[in-house]
Formats: sequence, structure tokens, C-alpha cells
Amino acid sequence: MIQFKNISVSVDKKPILKNITFDLKPGQITALMGPNGSGKSTVALTLAGHPNYQITSGQIIFGKIDISQLSPDERANLGFFLASQSPVAIPGLNVKTFLWQIFKKFHPDQKTSLSEFRSWLAFESDTLGIKSELLDRSLNDGFSGGERKKMEVLQMLVSNPKYLILDEIDSGLDIDALKIISLRIQKLAQDLNSAILIITHAPKILEYLKPNQVLVLDKGQIKKSGDASLVQKIIDSGFNS
Amino acid sequence: MPTTSYKKLPYEYGFSDPEISVFKTKQGINQDVVKTISLLKHEDDKMYNFRLRAFQYFTDQPMPTWGPDLSDINFDDIYYYLKPTDKEGHSWDEVPSEIKNTYDKLGIPEAEKQYLGGVKAQYESEVIYGSLMKKLADQGVIFCGMDEALKKYPKLVWQYFGKIVPPDDNKFASLNSAVWSGGSFIYIPKNVHVELPLQTYFRINSQKMGQFERTLIIADEGSFVHYIEGCTAPIYSTDSLHAAVVEVFVKTNARVRYTTIQNWSTNVYNLVTKRAQVEANGVMEWVDGNLGSKVTMKYPSNILVGENAHAEVLSIAVASGIQHLDAGAKAIHLAPNTTSRIVSKSISLNGGRSSYRGTVYISQGATNARSKVVCDALILDKLSRSDTYPINKNSEPSAFIEHEATVSKIGEDQLFYLMSRGFSVNEAEAMIVNGFVEPIVKQLPMEYSLELNRLINLQMEGSVA
Repeated sequence: MIQFKNISVSVDKKPILKNITFDLKPGQITALMGPNGSGKSTVALTLAGHPNYQITSGQIIFGKIDISQLSPDERANLGFFLASQSPVAIPGLNVKTFLWQIFKKFHPDQKTSLSEFRSWLAFESDTLGIKSELLDRSLNDGFSGGERKKMEVLQMLVSNPKYLILDEIDSGLDIDALKIISLRIQKLAQDLNSAILIITHAPKILEYLKPNQVLVLDKGQIKKSGDASLVQKIIDSGFNS
Repeated sequence: MPTTSYKKLPYEYGFSDPEISVFKTKQGINQDVVKTISLLKHEDDKMYNFRLRAFQYFTDQPMPTWGPDLSDINFDDIYYYLKPTDKEGHSWDEVPSEIKNTYDKLGIPEAEKQYLGGVKAQYESEVIYGSLMKKLADQGVIFCGMDEALKKYPKLVWQYFGKIVPPDDNKFASLNSAVWSGGSFIYIPKNVHVELPLQTYFRINSQKMGQFERTLIIADEGSFVHYIEGCTAPIYSTDSLHAAVVEVFVKTNARVRYTTIQNWSTNVYNLVTKRAQVEANGVMEWVDGNLGSKVTMKYPSNILVGENAHAEVLSIAVASGIQHLDAGAKAIHLAPNTTSRIVSKSISLNGGRSSYRGTVYISQGATNARSKVVCDALILDKLSRSDTYPINKNSEPSAFIEHEATVSKIGEDQLFYLMSRGFSVNEAEAMIVNGFVEPIVKQLPMEYSLELNRLINLQMEGSVA
């Protein structure tokens, strides 16, 4: 379990999050909603360990230890995975090679051969609707928004994460693609008993990935929390009701 | 061997038997040293005079000051000619430990390490060498040491030698012309395609990594050859100056690719003149990687004299620490529809400095000539530096030159993204850098590209605070 405990975060000395507390439990889905600029992505980047997001007070407890000082790669190796809101391009970094490197990192003992990995990759890409030629290109280089989001899911599948942080994974995806990737993420989380944090403006994704808890963020603070029924209230009357 | 020049050997120069197995000219350079070199090599009068003329040009020219700082070069400290056997002068113990460590990290076999470390003059390993050479000889290909070529094929050599890099071309080409030794000679007959790359690495029984080597390639009409010079592992040299001259003649419809991976130890000034003349429909490609040396000045040049001739230069420089790598290219368009493409990528880290210096010239009458220059620089830290010095001169209204330059730093967002996938900061940075150089690395034969990537990773180890 991960506990976000009384966390306050500043960027360039400017306070963004104020005293946020919530838990992410294995097998559970948490939805983090709220208007633009409320600090949702800050929560995601703070969890993943972005160096520009300074924790000014509070702790991130993983099991029993405080991991708020760990670097992004150390957190990734503990099972954190951030599906980025706008994944960056790395020119010249071949997608297949990159995925194979991630795979090896997270499955050090597995004797999967490169060719077995490739057929698995071909199958999963096909399922997610990723054109096979994208796998031979540079990572995210010249990819459309939707292609980048699908590529995030593919990376997620390779890394077997225990804590999935989905920062607007739904933006840029059409309705059919949204359904496909939601179901694939749901299966992954079930297989691994992973915790999911979904950050979204749009409740559609929550029809496929039904939240156990819903948090509404406003001006850097948790304004409301509740169960899935809170989603319907937001749909009906907006964030400010 | 011509005995006429041998007779000229005067006694007063302090030796009587040029056949002794260990010989080097005395430190420093003067006319006598130049004469001695020619005499020791039993060269004909023509080369003897060529060297002396070149020496005069060398003396007359001032030190170039338009580029990197060369003021530390002391011409009096240098030995200008060492007999091949003398190359084994230092022992394995004298090879710096950082270079030994790099060999270990690259997994280079023991025998090869000794060769690369300059301990052994020759690296004898290639069984394939013999059969490859026989196949080439059957096709009429000549591939031998430059000294040997001058003895065996003087007419052919003199038809081309010093014709595109004349002895008065620049101070260091003059120096090379005066004291050159070693290097390769290649002649590819008409319409012969040499399938495997020719590599100096495989050539034995001649000096390979000479200080003042001289390479001459003639690709006759419709032929093709890929020549690979050097290797990716660092070459340890106690010599502080490397001044080579390379001349390439690309005849009508021929194509030559010339690949260099330069990884001299960081005490070496690497000042090289490389030039190709390309006739109609010919293609000249330079793939030029610069990893080592203290200072490199190298601008592979292409004189496009025939219609539709094409030149391509892909160059990459990784400058770290005290290194200043000044590399680039030249394209001289003298005929209609000639084209050139220059892609330069540089990485500066740990205080290293890299520069792109290039010239594109299009003469009047070179109608519809086109040239494209792309320079991308990647700077890894605040201590490091990158500069671009392009010169474009277009005298032909129907021709055009395109120039693009980018300078980038490794983005925080890229680093964070890759680290959030579980990669350490070093691994992430290496991925970004390797991606940056990938368009050039993929042009290299596989074993070279793998080793180049490993080398870049080694250079970057510990580069991030």
C-alpha cells in the first residue's frame, strides 16, 4: 500500500499541493478528478519522483518506509509506473529495443528469448491497435497523441507495475481505443493485483475502470472524496456543486 | 629497388647502415631529416624531390590560427620517422591504465590489446585476410601499403599522388608530404564492386596507424569500394602529432565510401587533410567518427567536377574533457546538377568542445546544384561548448544551399521520462545520446556500430553529477 500523508508540494518555490492525504491499495482503483490547474498532474509527478516537484512537508509511505526522497528510477523499480500525460519523444531510440530493455530490467530471471518477446509484442500491439511499423520507429517521434498513449500502455505491460499512475491516459484516444486500452489495463491490474490511480477530466474511462474511491482536487487541496457515486454527481452538476 | 637514391645517402648524417632493424630519425625536423626518410625508404628521385619541395612549403607557411589552439605543438619534439620495428618501443606497462581499462571494458582479446596499445607493431589474427586478398587480386584490385605501391606501381601512383592535395595545400598537408610514411593504396578497376569493406585493420605487414600516413584511393569507372580506416578501440600512441593525407579519386559512375573511426588517445593532435574528386555520376560518401585525440581538425572535402556527382558527409564528434574536436566538411560544386549532403552531429560533455566548420561553394555554371547541410549539437553540461562555422558561397543563380543547425541540451523531461521507466540517470542519458547519433551509427558495419555505442557509453560514465 502507498500512503500519501499530509503532502505539500512546491514547484519553483510556488506551493501547488497543500496537505494532501490518501491511500492507494492493491487491487483498488482511485480516481483523481478536478478542474484544470487544480494540481492533479502534480500528484502524479510527485508520486513518480519528478525532481522539480519539491515535497515541502509530509511523506509518501510505501509499506513502512518513506520513499519521498527516492529517484524516479528507484520508484519505478519498486513497481511505480507513470503513464505520462504528454509522453516525450526520444529521437533515435528504437521502440522495440527500448521495450526489450525495459522487459529485461523487470524480468531479470526470465529466460524469454528476443524472438519470443517479439511475438508477444506483436500480439499485444495488435490488441492495442498499434500499427506494427511504429515499433520500428523512434520512441514517440512523430507519433500522434493517441499513438503515444497506446505506447504508454505497451510500456506498462512490459514493466509489470504494482502502482499504475494514469495521467490523462484517455486524452487523445477515440472512444473505441479508450475501451480497448481500459480493458487491457484492467486485466493487467487484476493479474498483478495492482493499485491504479486515474487522473481524468472525463468520466468516460471510469465506466471501464470503476473506481473504489474518488477524490476531487481543487486549488491543491482535496475538496471532496467518496465512492463511485461521486462521479455521477460530478457529471450531473460539475466540480463546484 | 632503385639504388640511385641510395647512393645519395651521405655519411655525415650519423649512420652507415640503413638496414639496421631499429632506426629513427633524430628528433625535430629539417631538410636532412626529410632527405634521410626518403633515402631510408629507397625512394626514386621524384619522391625525394617531392618531399623536399613539400618541406619548403611547410617551412614557409605559418601555423594556422583560425581554428583550435595549436600553439602547444612543438615540431622539434617529434620523431618524424620510425622504422616499423621501432614502433614496439614501449612496453605494455607504459600504456596508460585508463586505456587498458577501456580495452577490458570492450572485451578486446589480449593479443589485440597489445597491438592497439602500440606495444606490437602488427596484429596478426586474420585468417580471412589471405583468401580475401586473393579474391581481390583476381579481380585486379590493388590493396597494399603506400610505400609498397610506390615501388610496385610508380606510374599509377604518380598519376594521382598529390594531385588533389598538393604539397602546398596547407601546413600539415605539407608536413605530411615531406615526411609521410605508411598508409594504404587502393586501386579498383573498372566496374569492379568490392563487396566486403576493405579495412586497414586487416592489413598486416605494413604500418597501420602511422603518424604521417598517406592514403590514395582510385575507384575507376563504375566501380565500388568501401574503405574503413582505424578502429573503434582507442589507439594509444606516444606520438603527439598525427597528420595524415587522404586522396580519393571517384571516376565516372563509381562510388566510394570512406569510413573512419578515430579514437586516438587524448595526447594526440589529429590534423588530417581528406579530399575526394568526384567525376560525372560518381558518389563519394564519408562516414567520419571522432571520439579521441586532444585536438582534431578534419574537414573531408569533395570536389564535384562531373555532372550529377554527389557527395555525402556524415560526421560525428564526441568531445569530452580537454578535447577540442573541430570537424566538418567541404563541398565544392563545379558542375551542373551536382549534389551534396552534409550531416554533422556533435556531443560535448565534461567541458569538451566541438565545432562544426564547413564550406559549401557553388561555382557559376554549376546549374541546379544543390547542397544541404544539417548540424546538430548536443551539449550535456554547462562546462561544455559547441560552435558552428559555416561558409556558404553560391555563384550560380539556379543552385541553392540549405543550412539547418540545432543545438540542444538533454531535456529534463526526457531524462525523467526514461528514469520513470526504471533506468538510472546514466542509462537514460546514454539512451538519449545514442539515439542522437543513431542516424550515423546505423551507417556503420554492425561490429563497428555496436562498439561505437559502447564507447560512447564508456565516455559518458560518471559524466552526470
